[in-house]
Amino acid sequence: MKSRNFILFISLSLLVFGLFLADLAWGSIHISVREIISVFQGKGSDGINSEILLNFRLPKAITAVLAGAALSVAGLMMQTLFRNSLADPYILGVSSGASLGVALVMMAASVLPVTFVSSGWALIVAAIIGASVVLALVVGVSFRVQNAVSLLIVGLMFGTIAGSIVSVLQNFSNPDAIKLFVMWTFGSLSAVTWSYMQVLLPVSLVGFGMAFFLQKRLDGLLLGENYARGLGVSIVRTRFFIVVATGLLAGGITAFTGPIAFVGVAIPHIARGIFRTSTHKILMPATVLCGASLILVCDIISQIPAYTLPINTISALFGAPIIIGIILKRR
Amino acid sequence: MSILTTHNLSIGYSKKGMTDTVQKALNLQLKAGELVCLIGPNGSGKSTLLRTLTGLQKPLTGNTSIDGKEISKLKQREKALLIALVLTERVNIENATVYNLVSLGRHPHSNWWGDITPNEDKIIREAIEMVHLDHKMHHNINELSDGELQRVMIAKALAQDTPIIMLDEPTAHLDLPNRVEIMLLLHRLAHKTDKAILLSTHELDLALQAADRIWLMSPEGVECGVPEDLVFDGSFNRAFESKSYFFNASNGNFSMNYPMTRKVWISGDKTRMYWTLRALARAGYVVVEDADVHIDVTESAWEINSEIIPSIEKLLERLSLITDSNL
Repeated sequence: MKSRNFILFISLSLLVFGLFLADLAWGSIHISVREIISVFQGKGSDGINSEILLNFRLPKAITAVLAGAALSVAGLMMQTLFRNSLADPYILGVSSGASLGVALVMMAASVLPVTFVSSGWALIVAAIIGASVVLALVVGVSFRVQNAVSLLIVGLMFGTIAGSIVSVLQNFSNPDAIKLFVMWTFGSLSAVTWSYMQVLLPVSLVGFGMAFFLQKRLDGLLLGENYARGLGVSIVRTRFFIVVATGLLAGGITAFTGPIAFVGVAIPHIARGIFRTSTHKILMPATVLCGASLILVCDIISQIPAYTLPINTISALFGAPIIIGIILKRR
Repeated sequence: MSILTTHNLSIGYSKKGMTDTVQKALNLQLKAGELVCLIGPNGSGKSTLLRTLTGLQKPLTGNTSIDGKEISKLKQREKALLIALVLTERVNIENATVYNLVSLGRHPHSNWWGDITPNEDKIIREAIEMVHLDHKMHHNINELSDGELQRVMIAKALAQDTPIIMLDEPTAHLDLPNRVEIMLLLHRLAHKTDKAILLSTHELDLALQAADRIWLMSPEGVECGVPEDLVFDGSFNRAFESKSYFFNASNGNFSMNYPMTRKVWISGDKTRMYWTLRALARAGYVVVEDADVHIDVTESAWEINSEIIPSIEKLLERLSLITDSNL
């Protein structure tokens, strides 16, 4: 059993590495693997290709890995917390909160200084604030609501409220702002430049660290809250940590790439199916690798047509059938 | 040698200043190596008491101490080292094996990473052996029957290696052979491992046979004692008082109160007498000495006025003829 997991981890790691290279090579301009290697070795090759590779495709590929891994780990934690295999960070309203923040900035742009808005920083800050506010509300409720299902519904309601406010804002906005916002909701990995990466990477790493630190308590939560208490797991504290870790992972990614749906629900199931285990010690790294692979594949596919497709569309095409499959398999 | 003691414990619910006291002034003791069954009618507060003792719910007043330590002052993990739980909640984990589930019992002992050391592995395997599931060690828990799953949860509690195990209705949803087996298993474990095991149950006859001690709950309070003593002093009848049935001290079961209007007198073979009496009671006959009709129970049949009657069915037919003509 141990060796089976070992082989699976090695193969998945190789898969992620291979897809990462493919993601670098693919695009409107084809760059050969040999060229990629020579650029990384510092040997000066064609100036334009090296520029595309280092300043466009490399951060995009890293973002793809981070986004896939972060959303999947966040989804795994939510599914265990709520003991609901269809739960994911979106249900807690994280992305809706981020959307609200982004919408506020984009549609109120006329009031704000132009340089602040056009730099893109406004979007990031607003999205993180939006996600954090919704999360803080859900955390506050989680101290008062003992029942996990009620918490889930409260999360849904917060998301709905945020979504409604966005709709109201859209009604009062000019068409340009609406278009800009709609483009953001489609999601894009290429929005992350190196300077954004300096924020995204540490935020994600803190989130991953917390998630891995929680793996033992998550195992206990699988039995349900009362059993977990009986095993010495402090429910309130654990729930708080899970929500914070999820906020950092899902909120951070959403701020930079726009909402990417279905990854958080689908990947934990794929990981459970491949590794046939319920232990988070194994499922955590497994979801990291599976999630990274899926988003890399989505990104590669989105590059195939002449015009880049929105990543959210591709991930939905992958994710939605998987969810339908899960529901059908249960019957 | 009591391991768990309650001091003037009041249990119940408190919401917005309104308190609903379920039981008050409880002074209970749990001893090591004893199987204690908590029984009582619905609504007498069995679950509330268990939840309070395990620390899942706060007491209204009073406290519970384990080994001299007050339970409300203990941290979650310290409690987990003293009491292991088996609850009624259904456990359904995708992809978990029996071994996985039982290993969760080691949580309060293992380090933050949850490593399974050779020593932990040994304890987990022993726990699985104690509930006789070694042959299903690596089976998925979704493949198990309800009885087996309950044994896995007991093994989890054993692996937790606590001096006390509390089980909330461990025999609910099980068929009779499994109910008997679980009770026997718990009885054996209490004596073999010197743990204090407390369980709530509706299985009165099983509890009377397997329990070393009974906590009998009624709305009036909790009576504790060896099962037989509680039978003799009439506690059972008081706890389960009703017009339609009564606790039958001669066999430890509940018997129904039939409306009995017609009188017969009966004598003869002991074992056949028992079943004859049951049938007579159901048909509404009360047994009175020197009644007009006398039934003699022989080894193979029944006799009324030297007339031999081969079956109970015929006996009842004959009786109805006699008594109706007497009216």
